[in-house]
This record gives sequence, structure tokens and C-alpha cells, in this order.
Amino acid sequence: MAAKISVRNLAVAVNKRLILTGVDLDLEENTIVSVIGPAHSGKTTLLRVINRLIEAQRELLRSGEVLLDGREVRRLDIDVLRRRVGLIFATPVPLPGTIFDNIAYGPRLQRRHHHHQLHDIVESSLRAAFLWDEVKDRLSTSALRLSGGQQQRLCIARTIAVDPEVIMMDEPTSGLDPISTAQIENAMRELKRRFTWILVTNNVKQAARVSDRVAFFLSGELVEMGDAALIFTKPKDKRTDDYVSGRIG
Amino acid sequence: MIIRPLAWQRIVWVALAAMTLFTLVVLFFIIGFIASKGAHVMTPEFLFGMPERMGKEGGILPTIIATIYITLLAIAIATPIGVGSAVYLTEYTRESPVTSIIRFGADALSGVPSIIFGLFGFILFVIRLRMGWSILAGGLSLAFMILPTIIRTSEEAIRAVPYNLREVSYSLGGAKSQTIVRVVLPNALPGILTGVILGMGRSVAETAVVIFTAGSSLLIPKSLFDPARTMAVHFYILAREGLSMERAYGTALLLIVAILLINVVAYSLMFRLTRKMR
Repeated sequence: MAAKISVRNLAVAVNKRLILTGVDLDLEENTIVSVIGPAHSGKTTLLRVINRLIEAQRELLRSGEVLLDGREVRRLDIDVLRRRVGLIFATPVPLPGTIFDNIAYGPRLQRRHHHHQLHDIVESSLRAAFLWDEVKDRLSTSALRLSGGQQQRLCIARTIAVDPEVIMMDEPTSGLDPISTAQIENAMRELKRRFTWILVTNNVKQAARVSDRVAFFLSGELVEMGDAALIFTKPKDKRTDDYVSGRIG
Repeated sequence: MIIRPLAWQRIVWVALAAMTLFTLVVLFFIIGFIASKGAHVMTPEFLFGMPERMGKEGGILPTIIATIYITLLAIAIATPIGVGSAVYLTEYTRESPVTSIIRFGADALSGVPSIIFGLFGFILFVIRLRMGWSILAGGLSLAFMILPTIIRTSEEAIRAVPYNLREVSYSLGGAKSQTIVRVVLPNALPGILTGVILGMGRSVAETAVVIFTAGSSLLIPKSLFDPARTMAVHFYILAREGLSMERAYGTALLLIVAILLINVVAYSLMFRLTRKMR
């Protein structure tokens, strides 16, 4: 199967500091790939390189290739790229405004939808993120009044509303309770047929629960990537073993 | 002598309360004094009548109209330019010596005495550009005067919009301009409006600039090119020439009420606009 996202010999430096180096990986379509590793190992940077949010940085050096369906992301139209590859942040960030406005934000940017279409998109996106039943009667209330777990699912629904191909999540459950975390993990599993997921997480157990493949990063290097079952039982690299078994990290 | 902490706390409390009280007393004394001197001339004939004998008798209708025209014109010119500059400074430039010079310039300009703007407007608009004493020249000069305030308050307001809101917009495929229009400006609106209201208040109350650039005609202005006398100028002339102190107080009272109304209306408007966001 062709890779959805391929990274070839990627190196990234920001402000003259090397953050990622020599990274090679392939992410297959309709899988959940977890990116694990301690803080400052370059996980978040990897996501921001893929959707090019990193380009807001002042002194950025990037070498190597990042390919989406075989095409370098830097050659894609940036707005199109970001619609195709969504990003969920660690802390949920609802836009000030109603729940409806939040979900409709992305579709409205494209100005192609009539109002009733917009309503369908909002409903199906909220359903996909398992939030519809909780909010269907108050779509016009402020999104800021939702609980933390609901806000994060709102952010997922908002990303789904622009119909991406890949959804990247940057420690999406780091501030959430176990029940909200389970709901989000559920959504990921359910939606695997529709999207390719990249999950950056600090939580090794979470990676074990949801992922098909796992990539372990340490100090900006990809130490090892493999099937989740193998990474957690028979890692090839000693450092991976140390991390997943809790000896370091 | 050693003061016990508890006693010390009480002393500080009393001192701070006294300072606050003093401010309030002075404020209410001024308003009360003007109200008591001016309230009895506040009749419909005064508000909607034409002045007679240079304002010694009759009403102040032309000055009310002139104030509204000039202030609205100044705001209409200064707001888009000011907000535009603020957006440029915050969103489209990186911090550099150039931006700090611009910022320093705006700060310096907002501290320049208004009569300098009056003189500048007189030379540039009234004489050089041959506008004569007119609503247009007055509005333009006032716009220059309040521009720095609007730029700086808008800039602070835009800067206070959390960066992660912008990132959310970008990550949903929003272009920079869409992000500014749909996320940044709506969230900065309360702060921007505060600057606009400040500018409005200063325009309504300004005399020096207006005397130099709009003149002091007591006729109702019919076009942008007519000279006019605002309430603040009228009040100044009435008092200075000793024409009618009670009519001067009446005008002053209306001025205070007007500024109060502008604030109340603007903030309630802002509250309605932002309510659904919260």
C-alpha cells in the first residue's frame, strides 16, 4: 500500500537549534500511528512541519522531504494542505462563538455551502466526534461553556467538518479525565476507515491502546518505528525498551 | 513608635478610601456645579433654536449639528486608517527598528498639544489645500489628532488576541486575511472600540483644533465645505467674550451629557456584540 505521508531524511532547525534530524518514516492510509517520546524529542515539530504551521517561525531551516500522497507539502497550496491535514492541539481551543459557528468555521472559509448544507455538515461532524447527543439542543450557545472533554471533541468535530484526509493530534488528552480520553480514543478507532491518524502522545499506555504503528522519538531522532504489538513487546532498540517499560522518560 | 500590622492595615485602608472619595467628590462637584448653573437654560428652544445676538440669546442648534458632523467625520476617517495601521503593525510586520520607530512616533504624536494639530490643519487643509474653514478641514485635523490613540489601543487589543486562536484558523485552512477578519478583529473589537470612544470623546470636547480649522460660524453647516462652530468652541467663545455665562454652562452641560451618552451607547452596543461570544 502506498504511504499517505512519507518523510525522507527530514532535518529541522529553528533559531539555529536542531530539533529533528535524519527522520525517515512512512504513514499508511487508514491507520493510527502514535508518535511517542519524552518532552523535547521533536514530536510536535514533526506535526507542525507536516501542516507547515512551523513556517511562522522566524529562523527556520528544513531539509529533506515531506510528502503527502507523494507530493512535497511545500509545493501544495497551503490552505489546501491544511484542509487535507487537520491538527488538534493539546489544549482545546474553541473559537469564541457558538458551537455551530465553531464547527462551521472551516466550511464557511470556503464559501461553497448553503445554509442547510452547513447544518448537515455540523450535525454529521458532531456525530462523528460523539458529541452530537450532548449538544444538539444548544448549538447556538457559546462553545466556551462546554467542559474540557467536550471542547476537545468539539475541536475534533471542527477538524472533521473540513473533511480532511489526515488528522494529527498533539497530546489531545493530556488535560482530560479518563472518561473523556476513552471517548476520544473511541472516536479515533471508529473513524479509522475515514482518516489517517497521527497521535502524538506522552502516554505510552494510550499509544498501546489505540495505535497500529508506533514511532519512538528521542532528542529529535526517530529511534524506532514498528507495529504497536512489536514495539511494546519486542523493541529492537534498547532505548525504546527503556522508554516503553518506564525505565526512562 | 511601632505600629501594629492590623492598625497599619487600617490606616492604609482609610488613606486609600479617602483618595478615592476625593476623586469622586471633585468629579461630582464639577458635574453638579455645571448642572446647577446650566440646567435651567436647557429648554427645547435652547436645544433646537437658532442663536441670536452672537449666542447671547436663543439656542445652540447649529453647534450641536456641527459637533455631530465633525466628530463623525473624524471618526469615519481615523477608524479605518487607525485599525488598518494596527493590523499592519501587528500581523504583517516582524518587530524591527522600523516598527518601533512607528510606534514611538504614534506615542509621541498622542502627547502633542492639540493646538499644534490645529495649526497644522490650518496651514495644510485651510490654506494650502484651500478648503477654508470647513467641516472637512476640521474633521481631517481631528482625525489626525486621534489617529495615534486609535492605532495604539487597536494594536494592544489585537496583540491581546491569543495566538492559538490564529493557529486554529490556519489549521482549518484559513488564509491570513480570513483569519484576521474572522478571528482576530472580532476578538479585538472591545479594545478597538475603547480607542474609538476615547477618540470620539476627545473630538467632541476639542476646541483649539476646531477654532483653527472649522472656524466659528454660527450658521447651520449645509455641506462639508461650510464653516461651523462646535459646542465646545461655542462654550469657549460665550465664556471668553462674556456673552452669556448661563448659556455657556448650558452648552457645557449638554457636552457632558453627550459624552456620557456616547460611552453608554457604545459600551452597551459592544456588550450586545460580544455577548454571544462568551
